[in-house]
Amino acid sequence: MGVDFLYPEFEVVRNASRCTNCRLCERQCANEVHSFDAESGVMLADDSKCVNCQRCVAFCPTRALKIVESDCKFRSNANWSDQTIREIYKQANSGGVLLSSMGNPNRLPVYWDRILVNASQVTNPSIDPLREPMETRVFLGKKPARIKRDAQGRLDVRLEPQIELAVPIMFSAMSYGSISYNAHESLARAATELGIMYNTGEGGLHEDFYKYGPNTVVQVASGRFGVHERFLLAGAAIEIKMGQGAKPGIGGHLPGAKIVGDVSRTRMIPEGTDAISPAPHHDIYSIEDLRQLIFSLKEATEYQKPIIVKVAAVHNIAAIASGIARAGADVIAIDGFRGGTGAAPTRIRDNVGIPVELALAAVDRRLRDEGIRNNVSLVVGGSIRSAADVVKAIALGADACYVATAALVALGCRLCRTCQSGKCNWGIATQRPELVKRLDPELGSRRLVNLVSAWRHELMEMMGGMGINSVEALRGNRLMLRGVGMTEKELQILGIAHAGE
Amino acid sequence: MEREGQIRIPAGCAIAALVSRDGSKTSGEAITNAMKPMRDRSNGLGGGFAAYGIYPEYKDFYALHLFFDSRDVRKGCEAFLKERFEIVQSEIIPTRKIPEITDEPIIWRYFVAPLQSQLKSAQLDGDEFVSRAVMKINAQMDGAYVFSSGKNMGAFKAVGFPEDVSRFYRLEEYQAYQWTAHGRYPTNTPGWWGGAHPFGLLDYTVVHNGEISSYDANRRFIEMFGYKCTLQTDTEVITYIMDYLLRVQRLTLTETANVIAAPFWSAIEQLSDAEERARLRYLRAVFPSLLITGPFSIVLGFNGGLMALNDRLKLRSMVVGEKDDKVFVASEEAAIRAMEENVENVWSPAGGEPVVVRVKEGAF
Repeated sequence: MGVDFLYPEFEVVRNASRCTNCRLCERQCANEVHSFDAESGVMLADDSKCVNCQRCVAFCPTRALKIVESDCKFRSNANWSDQTIREIYKQANSGGVLLSSMGNPNRLPVYWDRILVNASQVTNPSIDPLREPMETRVFLGKKPARIKRDAQGRLDVRLEPQIELAVPIMFSAMSYGSISYNAHESLARAATELGIMYNTGEGGLHEDFYKYGPNTVVQVASGRFGVHERFLLAGAAIEIKMGQGAKPGIGGHLPGAKIVGDVSRTRMIPEGTDAISPAPHHDIYSIEDLRQLIFSLKEATEYQKPIIVKVAAVHNIAAIASGIARAGADVIAIDGFRGGTGAAPTRIRDNVGIPVELALAAVDRRLRDEGIRNNVSLVVGGSIRSAADVVKAIALGADACYVATAALVALGCRLCRTCQSGKCNWGIATQRPELVKRLDPELGSRRLVNLVSAWRHELMEMMGGMGINSVEALRGNRLMLRGVGMTEKELQILGIAHAGE
Repeated sequence: MEREGQIRIPAGCAIAALVSRDGSKTSGEAITNAMKPMRDRSNGLGGGFAAYGIYPEYKDFYALHLFFDSRDVRKGCEAFLKERFEIVQSEIIPTRKIPEITDEPIIWRYFVAPLQSQLKSAQLDGDEFVSRAVMKINAQMDGAYVFSSGKNMGAFKAVGFPEDVSRFYRLEEYQAYQWTAHGRYPTNTPGWWGGAHPFGLLDYTVVHNGEISSYDANRRFIEMFGYKCTLQTDTEVITYIMDYLLRVQRLTLTETANVIAAPFWSAIEQLSDAEERARLRYLRAVFPSLLITGPFSIVLGFNGGLMALNDRLKLRSMVVGEKDDKVFVASEEAAIRAMEENVENVWSPAGGEPVVVRVKEGAF
């Protein structure tokens, strides 16, 4: 109480006429919001602990609960928002850096929502995906500049290693440690069933999941946690993580509390130690150093694995991507400023980096201008929220999309943005066994398969509407896009015309 | 109103082709007759022809056909050509004044050979040198437009119905072993001669009926390799794709067809021949951006033959017929019958199935 008291952000509203005192909410809440007062025989709630994850709401058998945003705010002020004032109190009290989770929630332009897609009328028939083949298969990786033939004139059909995807969607990096064993298993099984990839993130690969190798991208990040020869050989591709959209320019920090048991073994660090990934790779201070790491990894895996270099979308992204392409990467993954995270300094998450739509458009154009677009594939994420975003990203020039937040939402995540607490009631961003077991990998993988299958259907419908029957013919097909409510400059960067043009 | 190239104009069309496997030559009359029953497929906003074997006396020289907006542009362009080429002959292309064709630009042709010194310093072969010069004129020289640039062949096109275009260019006076023709139905009225078809680069010409939905994906890819799509038409980008795959990548005609009208994955997977499966998979993996989707029927002409091809769903009509040494292709059977009443073996090729006709070696 006193100067540091902040009225709770959320209020637990319990409908007493419906509540049966079954105490399910109490058992479901790892934040210990709910309790039963035996004396008065009623359920109580400590609003101050509530993060609005809606676990109790979803599980209350009598629909007696709802969580509402508190209306006890500071005097309204367009400059000093309630959030801003609260943060100052917190920092004045602690002297610390503010932490947040998931993607940037602020009111900044979402260009996907200002882009509209074309359809065929009269001069060109639309194609019904229920009647005609509609192809969504893509290959990521370097394409040869010149075809080769043998002495008999037959094509030499050997290719540099490629990632084959049945749908141009991959689950992006989330480490074992930041998310649970069951979440990883759900992703791995779903990727396998879907013919796509999931990504280990920086935390190594759990012994049990080596069997999903053909559908796994293994990640090497600045902390090199869990990296060893078998790990590198286990996946279908290797990703070097240079940056992350949610926190460009800084590293990662998985608190010691999450480094327990298998997480510690998989990361190859002692239990209870903080896993700190440095801001840069300390063997990469320049582009030529990146080239050395790319080729070290290629050497270590005998040139059998495509190398993905993942970078955050920052101001100079086009030139950076060009450098990465010339450094020998097979795939460049660009992560936009709305990308999610298990924990990031709030100021960085909310103020650093640029929208992935603009970064993608600029990179795709730059690589084409330099004539090197064919040497490298482009994958974008941060944030891709729906099949429509996928369609637009591909038409802007992406080969495939990285999806993580949407995958977690499919697993139950309510975007309460408190992953950093490690008390995820949905069994996703936690290592507590009693919470992890709430996520059933069987059901989880089924839901992920459903989600991506649904998106695939929508992608096919939208392509069919445009008269396109293969996703290859959509890639970079910017004529299929129009902008609404954008400035000349924005349209110019996106390389699209305004609606009506 | 914006001119073609500043905006993209979809068009429906009629196509026809006639080739003699023996290399025996015919005048432009038959191919002109083919276009008459397909008049409804054009709307008078573009027609054209390509003729192969018409310049035997200059067969070793590139025949450049150009449109000029004015005499000054022509003078400027000629200076550009003289810096790069030996010009052995330059002349006005003979035309006939007819009421159906008006507002013609200045139409010239030049028979040229690249200067050896230029080829050496640019380290290019003749074809690549000519191709780059054509791109330069078309992209950068306002009011000048090269619409034909191959050896011993030529394209003739105008704003008008094809049969009128034929009369205008006096095509009955030319003798060719292969003819292709095009009648255009643009959905807008640009009225620009350069926008008519066939579209050509070197000896590759394309006549095309359709509207491809992959246009911008194809365009943005092919422009990486020095091609400039100045007209924003499907036919232009298809021509450059053909040039890139056939001349630059040295793919065969069948392989080229396997790229632009690739068999569906489901069809590839059903093949019992593992080598064939690997070949088709390779072509799709390497050239995904050159897959052409949406409706098209095209005839690709080149020195010594042609390839007719439909999109893989066969969303446009196209029929083929034969008689003796002759092979006929057209949007409609009626057009073939106008060329040869007693045509035999008329069939509709399946979507994505290339029909390749080659003239006997030494006969062209």
